[in-house]
Amino acid sequence: MAEKRLDEATNTETVGHEWDGIEELNTPLPRWWLWTFYATIVFAVGYVIAYPAWPMISQGTEGVLGWTSRGELAREMDAARKQRSEVVAALARTPIERLDPESPLMRAAISGGAAAFRVNCVQCHGAGAAGSKGYPNLNDDDWLWGGDIKAIEYTLVHGIRQPDGEETRFSQMPAFGRDGILSGAEISDVTSFVRSLSGLEPTSAASQRGSALFEANCAVCHGSDGTGLREFGAPNLADAIWLYGSSRDDVTATITNSRYGMMPAWGERLDPVTVKMLAAYVHSLGGGEDFIEIAEDPEVEVDEAP
Amino acid sequence: MKPPDPLPEGDLIDRARVAKDAHPATARKPSTPPPAGPDVPATLYEKHKTVHPKRIDGPFRRFKWLIMFVTLAIYYGTPWIRWDRGPYAPDQAVLIDLANRRFYMFDIEIWPHEFYFVAGLLIMAGIGLFLVTSAVGRAWCGYACPQTVWTDLFQHVDRFVDGDRNARIRLDKAPWTAGKAARRFWKWTIYLVISFWTGGAWIMYFADAPTLTREFWAGDAAFVAYATVAVLTGTTFWLGGFMREQVCVYMCPWPRIQTAMLDEKSLIVTYKHWRGEPRGSLKKSQKEPEKFGDCVDCNQCVAVCPTGIDIREGAQIGCITCALCIDACDRVMKDVGRPRGLIDYATLEDCEREAAGHPPRPVIKTLMHPRTLIYFGVWSAIGIALLFALGARERTGITVQPDRNPPFMLLSDGSVRNSYTVKLRNMQSRPREMELSIVGLPGAMMWTDDMNRDAAARSIVREVAADVTLPLRIYVMAPRGNEEQDFSFKVTALDAEGESDSTETAFNAPEAP
Repeated sequence: MAEKRLDEATNTETVGHEWDGIEELNTPLPRWWLWTFYATIVFAVGYVIAYPAWPMISQGTEGVLGWTSRGELAREMDAARKQRSEVVAALARTPIERLDPESPLMRAAISGGAAAFRVNCVQCHGAGAAGSKGYPNLNDDDWLWGGDIKAIEYTLVHGIRQPDGEETRFSQMPAFGRDGILSGAEISDVTSFVRSLSGLEPTSAASQRGSALFEANCAVCHGSDGTGLREFGAPNLADAIWLYGSSRDDVTATITNSRYGMMPAWGERLDPVTVKMLAAYVHSLGGGEDFIEIAEDPEVEVDEAP
Repeated sequence: MKPPDPLPEGDLIDRARVAKDAHPATARKPSTPPPAGPDVPATLYEKHKTVHPKRIDGPFRRFKWLIMFVTLAIYYGTPWIRWDRGPYAPDQAVLIDLANRRFYMFDIEIWPHEFYFVAGLLIMAGIGLFLVTSAVGRAWCGYACPQTVWTDLFQHVDRFVDGDRNARIRLDKAPWTAGKAARRFWKWTIYLVISFWTGGAWIMYFADAPTLTREFWAGDAAFVAYATVAVLTGTTFWLGGFMREQVCVYMCPWPRIQTAMLDEKSLIVTYKHWRGEPRGSLKKSQKEPEKFGDCVDCNQCVAVCPTGIDIREGAQIGCITCALCIDACDRVMKDVGRPRGLIDYATLEDCEREAAGHPPRPVIKTLMHPRTLIYFGVWSAIGIALLFALGARERTGITVQPDRNPPFMLLSDGSVRNSYTVKLRNMQSRPREMELSIVGLPGAMMWTDDMNRDAAARSIVREVAADVTLPLRIYVMAPRGNEEQDFSFKVTALDAEGESDSTETAFNAPEAP
């Protein structure tokens, strides 16, 4: 029987290993600790059987529970859809002009619209809806085709100059220079007049000549005072906002070649509720106008307290 | 890391003898059969040996009772204290309202952005542990640690059901009969009730206690409430009922940290070996008094120890300094007519002085040394700073976030509009009217998304509900010609106190042509 060796300083048993006089003490692990270690192994085996875990050549093992992260995502999306279904249903049956601006339904529509805007609209109008040259800024108070919530919804559904769109917003300015309606000098005069409307240029002989040309060629759509006409999407030329730029070159180019901005008819691509939400969002950006006429249509069922 | 061994090399103590009853976890002497081969230890794993501490009475035991009642009363009772805060806030004195992100503690209400108060309290708790350790050693472990308190509680249950130490050892060794099974069932049922009550009390801190209790029993409470109670019942049952001193010896990091913090000036429970050794039974020592020390080797200090160690081996990680061995030894010393304090609270420094025959130092000198004073200074400085911050904080606030995209907006009349998300904070538990106004930015007007632009003004008034933040979408319009500049939003509460807050922000404008 071997003598058990005790370390002198600590009075602890040694395990018998020795390296250059340095010995290892036996500081035993508690037995229950060992059992927790075994328990983790058992858990790991169970986990590998139950869940996708083991990498194989083409794909991993599937696990007997059939759990997948895609399935988890689908479940969560379903749950979110279900959660939203009440709001969506309420929005579907409420005509947009009857949405109470203070209501939670309107708030929901605006936040839904903000999300849809990020997906569908930012490519042209920008993340802040501030637009860029040729793509209107949706935050300001200048509207080509109307800025009340109903008009915005119409524009969204039918688009602008959508080819084959029966009800699309449509108008076309003549290309006065390219088609030879006005000479270069005349276009220069009209440019001077148009820029003088908003104070970009002082009144001059050229602008006075341009005034007569404007009356003859442009006032039909833009009005004698140049304030535009929304039925034709004719821009207000007397304000500070210029979709295609206000410099002489820009204005000359517009008169010479005309402009033909297009927006798709989103009614063909998105469901009506999403379009409604987009309209609510765009209207909420700070430049939205009040809808004046409330349609008194007894046929339309209105949710009084959505 | 082991604390310094208080026993000098080659001491009189017979280590082999004292190891006889020591707990294996700390004594580390295998009581198992000798190893199979040369130099191979019997086992690399330690079998769990149940500790059966004996009942003892004495001043320290009574102090432990007191601490136990106070701490348990605080834990179980606090959620039920009511505190009137008016109609807009909960009336529970201590409430961690996670759903609404509010923390109530009597008259103090903490919002998430004021979490530094809680962080400060945690830092104080940490330094407080250092302070206590440097002044009175492992007093936290011995008296106030939840593991200690609940272990103590469960050991009293053991005593209540199975009798004292010897009866319990006998029952443990006895074969499983119906009687033993019935006793075990009865004991574990009591464990379970205590554990459930413990877990149940925890969730009361997170919701209105009476309501939650009703919902809990009606089955209407949130799943997380049941899950929390189940987990805490399980851990209390397991850690308090079965693991006990194993938690202190193997699981808890605090004893390990404390071994690094203890020094020769720390108060520890010490066996005064120069007085006690060599040990001998009362009979022997009465026969030859000059050959034996005061220790009569009655083993009472080991029998009462809740972690099953032998304090006569010196300071060790298993000693939580609960001082029950002091009670036990004092009683024996009284019975045999010797002075008390063979086992006593003392610092190693004092032990050396005493062993050398110097008079003992006053207690105050033992407690007050530089380390303690520094900890106390830091601890109270943080406390005073927190109190000052608490007293000086405003209950009205404003934050402003300007839109970055687009940074500004040209309107058709040439004026410039900027958009802001403004948040008005009403931290009072009553609704207040608040006035938001523009300071600076000449000619600027503002309106919100829920009002008409025609009604734009330099200031607007909104009612902010009790204890909430009101977000506002604010449009500020400045006439043509205003350049980029800074200005401020100011919020003023329209009540008697008239608290106000303001924040500076930027107004962006196109560059002048």
